Amino acid sequence: MADKEEVPLMQRILDNHFLLLALGVVVPTVLYTLWGIIDIVSIPLAK
Amino acid sequence: MATTYRTCPRTGLQFDTEAEKLMRWNAVAGVLALLVGGIMALGVILTRWPAIKLLPPDWFYLVLTAHGVDMLLVWIIFFEMAVLYFASSTLLRCRLATPKIAWLGFWLMAIGAVIGNYAVLAGESSVMFTSYVPMQASPWFYLGLILFAVGALIGCFVFLGTLVVAKKERTYEGSIPLVTFGALTACIIAVFTILTGAGILVPTLFWSMGLIKEIDPQLYRMVWWGLGHSSQQINVSAHVSIWYLIAAVVFGAKPLSEKVSRFAFFLYILFLQLASAHHLLSDPGMSAEWKVLNTSYFMYFAVLASMIHGFTVPGAIEAAQRKKGYTNGLFEWLRKAPWGNPIFSGMFLSLVNFGFLGGISGVVLGTEQLNMLMHNTFYVPGHFHATVVSGTTLAFMAVTYLLVPTLFKREMISPGLCKIQPYLFGLSMAVLTLVMMGAGTLGVSRRHWDMAFSGAPFQYEWPGAAHLMMSLTGIFGVLAIIGGALWIWLVVGSLLWGKKLDEGKLSDKPVPHAPLDSVAASASHTGSAEHVAVPGTVVLAMLLLVSFVLYYFVNWKYLSEVWALS
Amino acid sequence: MSAILPPADRLWWKQSIDKTEWMWIFLAFTWAMIMFFMMIYWHINGKQNLSNEVYKTTPEAFAAKAEKFIAANTVRTETEQNIPVVKVPEGGDGYLVASLWKWSPILELEKGKTYKIHLSSMDYQHGFSLQPVNINIQVLPGYEHVVKMTPTQSGTYAIVCNEYCGIGHHTMLGRIYVK
Repeated sequence: MADKEEVPLMQRILDNHFLLLALGVVVPTVLYTLWGIIDIVSIPLAK
Repeated sequence: MATTYRTCPRTGLQFDTEAEKLMRWNAVAGVLALLVGGIMALGVILTRWPAIKLLPPDWFYLVLTAHGVDMLLVWIIFFEMAVLYFASSTLLRCRLATPKIAWLGFWLMAIGAVIGNYAVLAGESSVMFTSYVPMQASPWFYLGLILFAVGALIGCFVFLGTLVVAKKERTYEGSIPLVTFGALTACIIAVFTILTGAGILVPTLFWSMGLIKEIDPQLYRMVWWGLGHSSQQINVSAHVSIWYLIAAVVFGAKPLSEKVSRFAFFLYILFLQLASAHHLLSDPGMSAEWKVLNTSYFMYFAVLASMIHGFTVPGAIEAAQRKKGYTNGLFEWLRKAPWGNPIFSGMFLSLVNFGFLGGISGVVLGTEQLNMLMHNTFYVPGHFHATVVSGTTLAFMAVTYLLVPTLFKREMISPGLCKIQPYLFGLSMAVLTLVMMGAGTLGVSRRHWDMAFSGAPFQYEWPGAAHLMMSLTGIFGVLAIIGGALWIWLVVGSLLWGKKLDEGKLSDKPVPHAPLDSVAASASHTGSAEHVAVPGTVVLAMLLLVSFVLYYFVNWKYLSEVWALS
Repeated sequence: MSAILPPADRLWWKQSIDKTEWMWIFLAFTWAMIMFFMMIYWHINGKQNLSNEVYKTTPEAFAAKAEKFIAANTVRTETEQNIPVVKVPEGGDGYLVASLWKWSPILELEKGKTYKIHLSSMDYQHGFSLQPVNINIQVLPGYEHVVKMTPTQSGTYAIVCNEYCGIGHHTMLGRIYVK
């Protein structure tokens, strides 16, 4: 029967709803928000 | 659990009675918001129509603020809550987790929406939907938005909780349905959106109360757009799910490939929110590296995902139609589609408008350097009326023609008007967004009361074509509003006077999905890996790609002709 | 109706993907990469890239610099409000101040020469929208944005404010002369 076979890794990831939630919050928080804050705070003062 | 379960005799869908009530209330609240937002739209459009210029500036900006808040936030999020409850409890055939808490969420949203609207209509908060600091609204404005957002966050967690319940109580086997997976995508993006929104609106509330001295304008813009743009990405995920839903219900279509469609949603989960950077491409404070990576959704992976959905949804329809025997030529499957059924016509117009108008313009607008040609021009609202209105709103309208009989147990009134409504709304919206983008290409500003600059120290004469585009904006804007009003009339009329339909059987226990190996399950599915050729969809997709490529490079040519900047 | 049912094939990840679908994914992916590298290519070889030279400042500090620049380079005044017309030194720095509801001063530039234009706002956010060229840049208070510009054609240009800045927003019109 099909259910004896092992479920492929990618399908297990896509079936893990809370892992997806974590990824969907962390990825944009790091790439967009945190990097954005770093950009803004590293702007030098005007002479 | 005190709830009961009803099986709809027309669709076979099973509703948890509590969840059903929540869906109805959320949908009705959404329609009310659409009504208010639509009245505001009339004020906006009749003022920007140069020959009419209805409202004085203070009223114009007030009405524009209310239009933005009610449409982009209140209408859509209320409706999405209904979609989330439907995609979880109904499609998974299980009880809704914590209905009491879901009601708390609903009332928070309702109160927040009322407070927010009150703050705007009282005249102290004409700061636009974006409320860029240091322009300040009354504290009630921010408080209203925060309450609304918290309510929506609660709804998201009720959805997630329901997924857990369904799994634990084994109401389905294997993986959740694709439509539920799309709703999950919307929910995840919503969680990011709302957390980010809280991150900026809470300090801004304190600032408006005098508790915080200053909020940095660049920081505000960056964090705020994590809310403002991502909230529109919830819509994208939600309406793509609805496309799959309608294709399944109307045609019995099955996705060309579960794997591809789900992976496309996965790309949304990871990268779609990054597009918040689209609004900051002409800002001083963000680095070019940050702009390039974020505006491209990490190398355009979310665009790739949208192009996949844009292929697989019509592809699934084509495959289903061909199996039914519509196999002549490239397009018999499409010609013989039920164009008189508003569920289908609305969905298909939404798909075409979103892809050809909203999608292409969005990518061009979101290209770092090209953005300078359009930032803050009328092109921007042109683009997002193509996505959020003729994409999302039209898809929601279409699915409502399905929900009124199923969820509200009423027959739609005036079938003739129902038939034309999606065309009236969808086609006038399509033209509207084109002329808006045309005006923006000629430089006309968004959020601007007077093309004649009366009272300015100099004059500037817009090109004649810009005036023409703005007049057409007026005409097609009014037509679109009529199309929207017709929909509200049809829905409200049906709820009040539509013929009552059979409720179906109530039972105390939910009937779970049939086990996957059973006869019932295999009867409702076609073979697992058989492929049907979809040449018509390939032609449509190639047409999209060619238009996309041409329009993209035309804009680079425009850019190469302006002043050198570095 | 399988999009609304759990996948019939329990191990759906193992299903093969149709050739046509693969072809479309391949095309879409290729197009995505072209668009991504196009932005990078334009940073290297394109002539229109928004400057990343920016400094934190204050309205007072920026106004002081702008006044000094205006005092040193004014050639005449125009309009009833006596708005100064300032000739920006070739290859040099020019200042453009956005405030409720005016752009000040009027700048005078020469075709084909490159200038460093400093943009900042005194109060709310504003939008620098150069017409009919149609270049649009966000202007923020507290940030001094130094944009290198090279006009390509002579003429009279308008600066429309295209970020909503209150009731007088539509009167906020500035001017640039290119000789």
